[in-house]
Amino acid sequence: MTVLERPDAGSRVGGGRRATAVVVGVILLAALVIASLFVGSGDIPVADVWSALWHDTGSSTDLIVRDYRVPRTLLCVVVGIALGLAGAIMQPLTRNPLADPGILGVNAGAYTAVVFAAAILGTAVNITLVICALAGALIAALVVYGVGNRGPAGGTPTKLVLTGVAVNAVLTGISFAVTLVEPAVFDRVRFWSAGSLQGRQFDTLWAVLPFVAVGVVIALCMPKALNALSLGDDLAVALGSRPAATKAAGVVAVTLLCGAATAAAGPIAFVGLMVPHAIRSIVGPDQRWVMPLSLLGAPILMLTADMLGRVVVSSELPVGVVTAFLGAPVLIALTRRKAVRGL
Amino acid sequence: MTSTRPRTGPDTVTGTDALRWPRGIAPVRFGGFSTRIELRAAALTVLFLLVALAVAVWSLTVGSAGIGVAQVWSAFTGTASTGTSRIVLEWRLPRVVFALLGGAALAIGGAVFQSITRNPLGSPDIIGFSSGAYTGALIAGLIATGSAVGTSIGALTGALLTGVAVHLLAFKRGVSATRIVVIGVGLSMFLSAFNSWLLTTMQLEAAITAASWGAGSLAEIAWGNVLPVVIGLVVCGPVVLWLAADMRMLEMGDDAGRGVGVRAETVRVVLLLMGVLLIALVTASAGPIAFVALAAPQLAMRLTGTPGIRILPAAVFGALLLAASDLVARTVIAPTQLPVGVVTLCLGGAYLVWLLATSRRGSRR
Repeated sequence: MTVLERPDAGSRVGGGRRATAVVVGVILLAALVIASLFVGSGDIPVADVWSALWHDTGSSTDLIVRDYRVPRTLLCVVVGIALGLAGAIMQPLTRNPLADPGILGVNAGAYTAVVFAAAILGTAVNITLVICALAGALIAALVVYGVGNRGPAGGTPTKLVLTGVAVNAVLTGISFAVTLVEPAVFDRVRFWSAGSLQGRQFDTLWAVLPFVAVGVVIALCMPKALNALSLGDDLAVALGSRPAATKAAGVVAVTLLCGAATAAAGPIAFVGLMVPHAIRSIVGPDQRWVMPLSLLGAPILMLTADMLGRVVVSSELPVGVVTAFLGAPVLIALTRRKAVRGL
Repeated sequence: MTSTRPRTGPDTVTGTDALRWPRGIAPVRFGGFSTRIELRAAALTVLFLLVALAVAVWSLTVGSAGIGVAQVWSAFTGTASTGTSRIVLEWRLPRVVFALLGGAALAIGGAVFQSITRNPLGSPDIIGFSSGAYTGALIAGLIATGSAVGTSIGALTGALLTGVAVHLLAFKRGVSATRIVVIGVGLSMFLSAFNSWLLTTMQLEAAITAASWGAGSLAEIAWGNVLPVVIGLVVCGPVVLWLAADMRMLEMGDDAGRGVGVRAETVRVVLLLMGVLLIALVTASAGPIAFVALAAPQLAMRLTGTPGIRILPAAVFGALLLAASDLVARTVIAPTQLPVGVVTLCLGGAYLVWLLATSRRGSRR
């Protein structure tokens, strides 16, 4: 079940299974969104949360729920959508089952740009910071994509992953140097550097939402072109698709989605790897189903990871740490599977 | 190297069927021991050594105290003032010596790893060694707060366990070279996530100290840290050199190696042990210094034009690389000192990008 084989196996998967997936996904997402409002440090009774959602009386409970839990939950959904969709684009675009914005260094690019911006401008998430993150994501994406696809071995999963690792290393070194020179920045980004939504409020949400929205719109226009592209450039041309245009649009969408997500929540890996794979195993490799369902699946994963991080240990576990805990074994399992060609 | 005009070496087997050596290779025999010296590689190795020593002397003169070459010399001859000789002999010299020897040790370890995995990327940095060492050190720091011995033991344990885990996970009817790399990456990311969580649970000061160690720094090196590396090099270096010929045979595969009388399993285990020991000794004192083990053997191989990895050029180049990186780390944003690991991370990562961008095949072998 890789991107590389049978991209249009629609006949194999019944419509009933897809419909079930959509219904279950919607119910699960709704349940998790609601649960996320009720779960958190500082045991607030369910009734109080409920009343706080509807009436703002100015009490500290209302403040926690309305100014922290609601934006955090919404942001979790938005970041999840962005990362899951980015992974769903990158895998057919690079024809690589291991593609993920975290593994391929795109998030590290955004993060490094944000660290530089934070050292100069401060850490408040505003439009300037998001634009810096977008620039960083774009540069990293182009470098990794360009280098990883060079040569006869270009585009093999191993080479792309290694290029991602190398770019990640350079960027980590640079951002680490910046945080060491500026201890104040180190203190502010050390929670965020693992990928965390702790304490994010509505200003963050409004700053990143437009970029994610544009990215989602571009992405949802692409499934057919990505289906064609996953057959290879030549076949895509034969099918009337324009691979160059698809790739350009894909890079723009990935940049918007990953840059915004990283600016809001720090570098979070593996969401973009896990979600499309899970969905492909349910509905088959047709992008027209994988991408919309990633919109449901990725927030489900993010909300679960975020809540696990809040519940499992007394001090909060950053959501990026939880996704890495869940996702790294998936990467290892995928690598061990025979179906990953070139590995 | 492939000359059409082969030349008979000076000490080759006598007789009518004298072995003909290609130009540029000198065979050497001492009793039962024989080896051949690639002349170009040897000359360049000597050159690297001279440059490394020059860098070392230069870095002795670099610092806030404003000490020139003449004063460094007088400190060595014992005619300098007490302050100058303390700065040079007690503070700067151990660091410079450690950079040279530690770089050599890392490079030898990396060369062994790359040769055994038959993969230029099979170096300890890639296969999760560093993240594992960091995790071990952090946990040791949480248990036995701040003791240097605890950090070292934790780092060694973490690194070894991670290495074993990567090999076990990558094992599936043999260890494929590419699979081990991607699995190492996965496990590294897993451990990095764990590390950053550990960092968030610590106090700010402890976290900065730990993060500084985790980046690999030579700032705290004293003579006490140099000694283990010297012992490691003295013990492991000759063993690795002695087994280098067998190692080269095994690069062609276990069967080919056994065919010429190499005891494949024994040689591999001994070599791996030596490699792990060399890298672990450096890591325990200085933290995980990224990419020296990865880049030094490969760069030495490319620059000296040898057909495979050679131990001595790699070691000398490693010394040069680490000494130069430390010099950069101390000077680039002076007076703030960067951890040398950050410099090697940037340089090594850039080198890896270049390697991937220019390689004609996916991996060199």
